[in-house]
Amino acid sequence: MTAAVNPKKLIKGGLHDWEVVIGMEIHAQVTSRSKLFSGASTEFGAEPNDHVSLVDAAMPGMLPVINEECVAQAVRTGLGLKARINHRSVFDRKNYFYPDLPQGYQISQFKDPIVGEGEVLVDLVDGESITVGIERLHLEQDAGKSLHDQNPTQSFVDLNRSGVALMEIVSRPDLRSSEEARAYVTKLRTILRYLGTCDGDMEKGSLRADVNVSVRKPGEPLGTRCEIKNVNSIRFIGQAIEVEARRQIAILEDGGTISQETRLFDPGKGETRSMRSKEEAHDYRYFPDPDLLPLEFDQAYVDALAEGLPELPDAKKARFIADYGLSPYDAGVLIAERTSADYYEAVAKGRDGKAAANWVINELFGRLNKEGKTIEASPVSADQLGAVVDLIGEGTISGKIAKDLFEIVWSEGGDPRQIVESRGMKQVTDTGAIEAAIDDIIAKNPDKVTQAREKPTLLGWFVGQTMKATGGKANPAAVNSLLKAKLGIE
Amino acid sequence: MTTLNELTLAEARDGLKAKDFSASELTQAHLDAMEKARGLNAYVLETPERALTMANVADTKIAHGEARPLEGIPLGIKDLFCTHGVATTAGSKILEGFQPHYESAVTHNLWRDGAVMLGKLNLDEFAMGSSNETSAYGDTISPWRRQENGKLSDAKLVPGGSSGGSAAAVAAHLCLGATATDTGGSIRQPAAFTGTVGIKPTYGRCSRWGTVAYASSLDQAGPIARTVRDCAILLGSMAGADARDTTCADLPVPDFEAAVSRGVKGLTIGIPKEYRVDGMSAEVQALWDRGAAMLKDAGATVREISLPHTPYALPAYYIVAPAEASSNLARYDGVRYGLRVPGKDIAGMYENTRAAGFGREVKRRIMIGTYVLSAGYYDAYYVRAQKIRTLIKRDFEAAYASGIDAILTPATPSAAFGLGEKGSGDPVEMYLQDVFTITVNMAGLPGLSVPAGLDAQGLPLGLQLIGRPFDEETLFAAAQVIETAAGRTKLPAAWWA
Amino acid sequence: MSVDATTVRRIAHLARIAVGEDEVAPLQGELNAILAFVEQLGAVDVTGVEPMTSVTPMAMKKRVDAVTDGGYAGDIVSNAPETEDHYFLVPKVVE
Ligand SMILES: [Mg+2]
Ligand SMILES: [Zn+2]
Repeated sequence: MTAAVNPKKLIKGGLHDWEVVIGMEIHAQVTSRSKLFSGASTEFGAEPNDHVSLVDAAMPGMLPVINEECVAQAVRTGLGLKARINHRSVFDRKNYFYPDLPQGYQISQFKDPIVGEGEVLVDLVDGESITVGIERLHLEQDAGKSLHDQNPTQSFVDLNRSGVALMEIVSRPDLRSSEEARAYVTKLRTILRYLGTCDGDMEKGSLRADVNVSVRKPGEPLGTRCEIKNVNSIRFIGQAIEVEARRQIAILEDGGTISQETRLFDPGKGETRSMRSKEEAHDYRYFPDPDLLPLEFDQAYVDALAEGLPELPDAKKARFIADYGLSPYDAGVLIAERTSADYYEAVAKGRDGKAAANWVINELFGRLNKEGKTIEASPVSADQLGAVVDLIGEGTISGKIAKDLFEIVWSEGGDPRQIVESRGMKQVTDTGAIEAAIDDIIAKNPDKVTQAREKPTLLGWFVGQTMKATGGKANPAAVNSLLKAKLGIE
Repeated sequence: MTTLNELTLAEARDGLKAKDFSASELTQAHLDAMEKARGLNAYVLETPERALTMANVADTKIAHGEARPLEGIPLGIKDLFCTHGVATTAGSKILEGFQPHYESAVTHNLWRDGAVMLGKLNLDEFAMGSSNETSAYGDTISPWRRQENGKLSDAKLVPGGSSGGSAAAVAAHLCLGATATDTGGSIRQPAAFTGTVGIKPTYGRCSRWGTVAYASSLDQAGPIARTVRDCAILLGSMAGADARDTTCADLPVPDFEAAVSRGVKGLTIGIPKEYRVDGMSAEVQALWDRGAAMLKDAGATVREISLPHTPYALPAYYIVAPAEASSNLARYDGVRYGLRVPGKDIAGMYENTRAAGFGREVKRRIMIGTYVLSAGYYDAYYVRAQKIRTLIKRDFEAAYASGIDAILTPATPSAAFGLGEKGSGDPVEMYLQDVFTITVNMAGLPGLSVPAGLDAQGLPLGLQLIGRPFDEETLFAAAQVIETAAGRTKLPAAWWA
Repeated sequence: MSVDATTVRRIAHLARIAVGEDEVAPLQGELNAILAFVEQLGAVDVTGVEPMTSVTPMAMKKRVDAVTDGGYAGDIVSNAPETEDHYFLVPKVVE
C-alpha cells in the first residue's frame, strides 16, 4: 500500500486517528438461461427443487458440462474490468459438507482463474476519483438454499439455486472508507449491467458482497481483518463497514487485539457478530476437478467477444463531456444506468446537450424518483421530452410554461407541440399586447415606478407582474426590454 | 451338447439370427443357471421379469427381421452402473434401496442395441478392492477351485475385484457377458483370475455418465466375456461419444469385431523389463515367455523395452485415486438418497450416516484421500503423484514413438487366492495385486487381459496387452492370437450347481 | 510422514466419518502403512515436470446456453430419507 493517506478519510478514535482498509469479494450471478454445469433453468422463484437437474442434485454418476455462455460472460466482464484474460484456466473442487451443497464440494477456480488483474475507476461525490485494483475474477457454482424457520427441528433444503453460475470478483484492499466502498460496488454494478453479464439485482441476491475490513494507524502495516459475509445491499455495505471499523477501533484502543474471523452484519441491530458456526477451521482441500478438462481458448475468441462489447460507462462519460459539453457530475449521473444514458442521448441528439441534460436530470429524474419509477417506465418518452426542449429553444414557450407542459405530457401524454397549440400555451411575442399590460401596471403603481427609478432591482417585480398579467406566456426578453424603456432605467 | 448358456456371445447371436432358439429360451437358460448358482453370490439382484420382457421384445424384433446388433443377448450389469427403476447399490450399504431415475450411458447403449438385462452384479464396495471381499452384500465366490492331488479342493477362492461378480458370472455361464469397470485393474485382474477376457478401453472411450464414480480420472467401463471376440462385440456397443461426459472422446467407434481376426504380422510387441518384479513366480515368467512366443510365431517382432517409472505407478495411484474418491464420495451424506443415521446435529447425522454406510476399505481410502489433499500435504502428495503420472505416461509415449505397437505383460503376479487370505492386516498386501495393471490407468491407455494357461494348481493365469491410446483394435488382434494358440480355459466342473 | 491419533481424529472429522475410540489405533496403523508405502515417491526427481491435468489431450466440450433439464422435483426427492413439499429435510442447521 503506497497510496498516500487522505486525512479526510480517517476515523477519529478516542485516542487517535485510524485508517480503515477495505477489500471486497463480490459474488455476481452470471446472466444466463441455464446453470453453469447443467441445463436446468436459472429463473428466480420456481417451486422447490423444480429447477434442479440430476447433476444439480449430485445424483451418483452425474457429470458437469460447462455452459459456453457463462464462459463468454466471464470473459466479457474481464474485458470490462480492463483485466488480463487467462487463455487457460482450471476448475477446482472446494470440499466441505453443507446440506445446500449436494456434491460435498463447490466447483470453483482456485489457482488458475479465468480472469486475472484488472481495475475499476471509481468517481467519488467530491469530484475525486480512485482506481481500485481487481485481483481476479473466477467462475463458480452457487449453493442451494436452506430454510430454517419452517419447522422447529428441521431445515428445508431447496436446490434451485444450486449450480447457478457466479462470478467472484475480488478487489485489492484499495478502499479507505465506507463511501469509497459503496461507490466501488455501485460502479462495478454499473459496469456489469452495461455488459449484460449480471443484472445486479441485490434484492434477488444477484449481487452479494463479502467485505474485508481492518483498521490501522496511518502508515502502519495492515491490521488483522474480519470478513463480513453476504451483505446484500449497498446501504448495508456502508453501514457494516462503519460499525465494524468502530468495533475494531474500540477493541484496539482498549488494548485488545482483533481475531481474524467471519462475521455477519445484522441491519436490525446495526452490529456485526461472529458466525460461530463457521468458526471451525476450514480445510477445503482444493484440487483440480477430474470431471472437467482445463478451460482453454485463444485470443481470437477473446477478440470476437471484445468486438461485441457495448460502450462502457467510463468511455460514455468522457464522450458526453466532450460531445455535449456536460459537467463531469452531470455526465456521471446520466451514465449510471445504460438506459438513462440512452434516453439522454435520444433527447440530446441534434439539440443543446446542456439543456437536454438539465431536463433529463432535474425534471425527468426528479419526477421519476418522486414516484418511484424507473426510466424504462417513464410516462414521458425521449421524443416527447426532446419536443419540449425544442419548443423552449425556438422560443415558442417559456421555461416556466415548459414545466407546465411537462406536467401535462407526464400525466396525459400526447404530442407536446399539439398541446401547446391547442391549449394556447404559446409565448406572447406580440409587443402590443405586452405593452398594454405594462401600461396598465405602471398606471396602477405610480409609487413603485418612482422607487424603481431609484433602485433598478425593482425591475424584477414589474417583470413578475407582467408575466402574471399575461398568464406567463409573455416572452421574457421582450418584457424586459419594454419595461426598461418605459421605466426609463439604464 | 452345450446348454444355451454355455455358448459364446457370438455363437448365441448367430443362433438367434438363424432362429435355432429364441431369445426367451436363451434368457430362461441363464435365469435357471443363476438360480442354481446363488451360492456364488455373483448377482446382488436378479431381474427375471425385466429379462423375460426384454427377451420377448427381442423375439418380436427378430421375427420382424429388425434385429439390432445385440438382440436378445442376456447380460449381467455390474451394480456400479445406474439402471432406471432398478436398485443400484455400488456394493455399499450407503446406497441401499437407491432407485435411479436414469440409465447409465453404457447400459443405455446396450439396451439400445437389443441386449437383455439379467440382473445386477456384485462388486467391491464403490469398486474399491481386488478380491470382491469389500462388498456390503457379501463376498462373491469364484467358480474356480484348486486341483489338489487330482481332486478339486474345497477351499473357496476369490474371483478378483472389483468386478468380481462380473467375472464370476461370466466364468460360471450366468450371463453371456457383463459390464465392468476398471480404475486400477478391476476388469483385468478378475478376468485373469477367472479365465475370462476383459478389456479396459482407453480413458474416454466409454462415457462415465451414470456410472457411480470412484476415481474420475481413472475410471473406465469395459466388458468381461468368455472370448476375445465377445469382448470386441460388447465394447463396440458400450463405447461412443457422449456430450454429457466432458472427458469422453468424440471419436467414432471402430468395428472392433473386425479387428479380432487381423493377426499380428508386422507388429512390434514390447516386453517391459521393469515388469520382471522381485518374487515373480517361475510359472508367471514362463507364461509371459510363452505369450511372447505365440505372438512371434504369428509374425510379430518381440522387443524388450523400458518403462522406467513403472515401480512408482502403484504408490502414486494410492494417492490420486483415494484423493478423488474422498471428494467423489462426499455426496453420500444421507440427505438426498440412501442411508441416513440420525445424529445430535447435522454434522452428527453426516458422521453417523457415513460411519454406518461405508465399509472399512472405503473409509480407509476416503481418509487417506482426505489427508493427502489437506492443507500442508497437497503438494508433497497429490501434486507429486500427478507429476509422476506425467512421467509414467511419457514412458509409454517414448515406447510407442520407438515403434512399439503393443506391450505384453503378465496380468497379475499370481493366480487367484483364497477368501480372507490377503490384506487383513496390511492393506498394501492387497494393493500389490494391481501392480501390473495400474500403470495403464495412470496413463489412460487401453489394456486387455486374456487367459493364457493354467498354473500348477489348475487355476487360470492371464496375460495383459497394453495399447496406444484409442487403439483397442490392435489389442483384440493380438489377444485373439494368444487365445487361439493357448486354447480357451475350461472350468473343471460346475461344483456349485 | 506418519499420522498420530489426533490427526486420525481430525481427518475423520474432515471426512465426516464417526470414528469410535477403539477404531483410532487400527486406523492409524493402516493409514501409516499406506503412507509408508507411498513414501518411495520421494525418490523420484520431478523437477520441471508438469502435474497431469487430463490424461487424454482434448478440448473441453461445452454446452449451449439453453434450458434442457429440470422440472421433475418429484424424481429429485423420490429417494430422499425425509422430504416435505418437495423439499429435502435435514436436522436443523444453526447459522
Ligand atoms: Mg467463492
Ligand atoms: Zn424414473
